[in-house]
Amino acid sequence: MSNDGQPAQDPLIDEAQAEQRRSAAARLFDIRRVIGGLFVAYGVIVTLIGVFDSRAEIDKAEGVRINLWAGLTMLVFGLLMLLWQWWRPAEAPAPNEQQPDA
Amino acid sequence: MDGDGLRLNMNGLDYLILALYFVTVLGVGFAARRAIRTSVDFFLSGRSLPAWVTGLAFVSANLGALEIIGMAANGAQYGVMTVHYYWIGAVPAMVFLGIVMMPFYYGSKVRSVPEYLRLRFNRPTHLLNAISFAVAQVLIAGVNLYALALVMQALLGWPLWTAIVVGAAIVLAYITIGGLSGAIYNEVLQFFVILAGLIPVTVIGLVKVGGWNGLMDAVGDTKLGEAGLHAWQDTGSTANPLGAHWIGIVFGLGFVLSFGYWTTNFAEVQRALSAKNMSAARRTPIIAAYPKLFIPLVTVIPGLVALVTVKGLGAESGDLQYNNAIPLLMRDLLPNGVLGVAVTGLLASFMAGMAANVSGFNTVFTYDIWQAYIRRDRSDEYYLRVGRWATVAAVVIGIGTAFIAAGFSNIMNYIQALFSVFNAPLFATFIIGMFWKRMTALAGFWSLLLGTLVSLSLYLLYKGGVIDFNSDLEESFWGAGLAFVTAVVVAAIVTPLTSPKRDEELRGLVYGMGGVDLKGDVLAGDAAWYRSPVLLGLIAVALAALFYIPVF
Repeated sequence: MSNDGQPAQDPLIDEAQAEQRRSAAARLFDIRRVIGGLFVAYGVIVTLIGVFDSRAEIDKAEGVRINLWAGLTMLVFGLLMLLWQWWRPAEAPAPNEQQPDA
Repeated sequence: MDGDGLRLNMNGLDYLILALYFVTVLGVGFAARRAIRTSVDFFLSGRSLPAWVTGLAFVSANLGALEIIGMAANGAQYGVMTVHYYWIGAVPAMVFLGIVMMPFYYGSKVRSVPEYLRLRFNRPTHLLNAISFAVAQVLIAGVNLYALALVMQALLGWPLWTAIVVGAAIVLAYITIGGLSGAIYNEVLQFFVILAGLIPVTVIGLVKVGGWNGLMDAVGDTKLGEAGLHAWQDTGSTANPLGAHWIGIVFGLGFVLSFGYWTTNFAEVQRALSAKNMSAARRTPIIAAYPKLFIPLVTVIPGLVALVTVKGLGAESGDLQYNNAIPLLMRDLLPNGVLGVAVTGLLASFMAGMAANVSGFNTVFTYDIWQAYIRRDRSDEYYLRVGRWATVAAVVIGIGTAFIAAGFSNIMNYIQALFSVFNAPLFATFIIGMFWKRMTALAGFWSLLLGTLVSLSLYLLYKGGVIDFNSDLEESFWGAGLAFVTAVVVAAIVTPLTSPKRDEELRGLVYGMGGVDLKGDVLAGDAAWYRSPVLLGLIAVALAALFYIPVF
């Protein structure tokens, strides 16, 4: 509750604000699930490639088993994203932020 | 073209990784569809997103092709001085946007940056900015698309037009269907995929040259020499790789160019306007500043590694141009597997850049041109439909401009430079209007128009050979600086001659007029000290300064 009052009014903006009551934004899914899923998939694929890497491929990468390391890192990152979502699910948004000055 | 020199040896598993990415991106677009019912849902994600999502999208929208490829090229060409584009040329402006300007943008509930000009000044100022922004966005979208197609052609051997159409179709699908949420969610995903692609190249590159110290020694022996290892040392004159004096770097790049780009570019600011409350909107560009601090590690370092390891890099044309620094390293160092991830990351960056342009365009076209000047007082559903068609139009025009760009090998650089010059007078008009309540509507219009004309004329005179500068960069410093000064002088002259707006019309738009509520819609957790925009912003600026120490 501030004593600043409301910003200047504009009809076009007010119309758009009034429509916000119908907003379906609360139905948006959580992107952490998608990031987690994609990185787990990438992690598994690249780790498996890394396990079966030939000498030539390891030599190309300056002797670093890069597929193995990158794959495991992506796998862990993906799992952490999923864990984060499970640990702290998205807070349900306030039902309606358009209430006149609570 | 230049033959098959850059062709990567992609196998089935690499393509599987790429295909998985395309499927996921489209899936995100479709899944975001159910969250769209109003036009604000479509254009601004219903103002519902958390700060970490909008923050990563904010940085990702800037991680387009020209950024990654271009900054690695600059790293190879100019050396460590390239970090100026990040640490002084981005971070301070991002923090300023979050702390100082965002309360006016988000608090006034404007739906776009041009709309702020309509409320603060008048309709002519608004229309001028809306049209120039819309035109710029479709042109730059075309440039991004063309750059995407060039990489797909060189690396994968796809024909140019196939690559253009495939790239355009995917971006078109996920934005038309999923709206800004589709674009933003994919930008967050793209951010991580881009990093997953660039980090392995950087790591193996460093191993190859013997770590950081090995790299430093080796750069000293290249044509760049010892000067390539210092950011500030030789900036007392212009005798340094970048050809820039420290005054030019601080005021030209660090102030006018960077503040112009970051604080008034709606393709960026739109991400913050979609945040769920004032605190999250203010934190958006500040959260983005943290990854921005570290991105030179995966662009400038690969550029330097390429300079050291690729013989003959820096040719005028052909496969050994500076622009190919990262693709060349990918070809030489990455085995199948991480290679697929790296190619996916590169393509992701092109799409992120183009999607930002397209989603900025459809919003400004619908709200600021169509609704404000062509068809007023229609239903919200009507504007939602217009937005979807505007997206289709933007992508189709983008394909057209991509083919134009293909016809002129250098036109992309010109367009890019040209529109960086448009931002400086816009920033001047904004910053005076935000802090000087007396500034009149007419003063706003003339400041913007004359400032733009001055920078444009200087640019055209330079290109026409009438005026000489050391480099394109130097021209852009001067063009931006002159435009800024022009806008200030015009505002100072026109304001006393014309009548100001009434105080109540300026509430929430101008500093010191009230109407800005920083705490009104805070959530329970937002009061925590680590979510304070001011504190987070100051830490980011301090880190940027500290990072300079090892490469002074």
